[in-house]
Amino acid sequence: MIEVSNLSKNFGNIKAVDDVSFNVNIGEVLGFLGPNGAGKSTTMKIITCFLKPSDGDVKVAGHSIHEDPISVKRKIGYMPENAPLYEDMTVVEFLQFVCEMRNIDLERRPSSIDGVITKCHLENVKNQSIETLSKGFKRRVSMAQALIHDPEVLILDEPTDGLDPNQKHDVRALIKELSNSKCIILSTHILEEVEAVCTRAIIISSGKKLFDGTPSELSEKSADRKVDDVFRAITTSLDVEGVTL
Amino acid sequence: MMHHTTKAIIKRELKSYFTTPLGYVFTVIFLFAIGYVTFEPGRGSFFVMRQADLSSFFRYIPWLFIFLIPSTAMRLWAEERKSGTIEFLLTLPVTVPQAVLGKFIAAWIFIALALLGTMPIVFTVAYLGKPDYGVIFLGYFASLLLAGSFLAVGTFFSAITKNQVVSFILSVVFCYIFLMAGSPPILETLSTLFPKYMVSLFEELSILNHFESMGRGVVRLSDLWFFGAMIVGWVYASMSLLDYKKAN
Repeated sequence: MIEVSNLSKNFGNIKAVDDVSFNVNIGEVLGFLGPNGAGKSTTMKIITCFLKPSDGDVKVAGHSIHEDPISVKRKIGYMPENAPLYEDMTVVEFLQFVCEMRNIDLERRPSSIDGVITKCHLENVKNQSIETLSKGFKRRVSMAQALIHDPEVLILDEPTDGLDPNQKHDVRALIKELSNSKCIILSTHILEEVEAVCTRAIIISSGKKLFDGTPSELSEKSADRKVDDVFRAITTSLDVEGVTL
Repeated sequence: MMHHTTKAIIKRELKSYFTTPLGYVFTVIFLFAIGYVTFEPGRGSFFVMRQADLSSFFRYIPWLFIFLIPSTAMRLWAEERKSGTIEFLLTLPVTVPQAVLGKFIAAWIFIALALLGTMPIVFTVAYLGKPDYGVIFLGYFASLLLAGSFLAVGTFFSAITKNQVVSFILSVVFCYIFLMAGSPPILETLSTLFPKYMVSLFEELSILNHFESMGRGVVRLSDLWFFGAMIVGWVYASMSLLDYKKAN
């Protein structure tokens, strides 16, 4: 569904993404791991056609980001980091705007909006203006806008960052529920999250792909099954006790 | 004809002028200021001239627009960058030109609505005498074109930075340069440095000359070309800039 091939992105002299390739299929939940500034968000921004790569290509459902970015964007639901939203709008107005931008059929709009409002538990705040909402609710509105056109591909940049444990649980449950019919990429710092929801994990550091495998393959590298230790060993190339790479 | 995404953006932007204080603050300040300067009690004032026309009204329009329009335009893209919504907006199935056009047209419609709010001044003149409605109509038309030109300049400088204050100051400075390009002090200074054809070329860039010539009730093709080129040129430059530099 998503084919990333030899992707590179330079900002001046800094190589934010350095020759990264991978594929993701429907039914997979790919966890994107890496230290801050590793190139996770940059890769996601390239897949969603916000940034242009310096080199390489991405194909989403067969459409190239270079040749047909509009078709790529139609296939994707994207939740950017920190969930930026038009805060002067109410939740329903905002979702209505996304429907108009995505050209969802007029008859289907009410059911699409109601559907995501229920899925993301926004019933009680739907007529409130977004600026009055708490962080957790803003995340859910951002999730709702990503799901409104029932996309085959979901890209979530740190979807649980800054949420309380209950909200994290809800988001993970929602991702699991969606994972059968969709192709999902999510980035995270929380390693337990990878084991909880992801079917596959990729670790990148300084723009390079350093690991690509299942979460259990990752934890097996540590004698005590400590994913944190494996992560440290891979991303810092230091010797960490009990880890054999 | 117009793309559905452009329409959706126009609708959203227009609404936001009236759900935030910005729209009201702008309209109130504009209407109060233009009402005052039109009927100000001084030399050359409306009541001393005893002429049923709007020359004092149109004389001040450029000087109000030079501050008010950059203050409307400064948020267009700078705010999107600052809050990060630019990433949300441009990852929807929309192209950069469609998005730039949507925001530009919405701001232009908003200013047209504010101009419409000055109609009571026209009614006053019509009550007091027999004004030349053709000249008044052309004056409004020229004001709208002037607003569009300043707005296009403002859009460009809003796209350049995420700091709204920087965007405001740069737009005011550039609007001022374009407005005053034909003034004698500037032209005299230039004539000591450049050959004559360069100076007359610079004079042609003066917004004020084109605006005033339309305000006299004459439509010259060159004036229309000038405003058209200003608007298209700066809007196109904004599109290219945003396409090239979307992230910070």
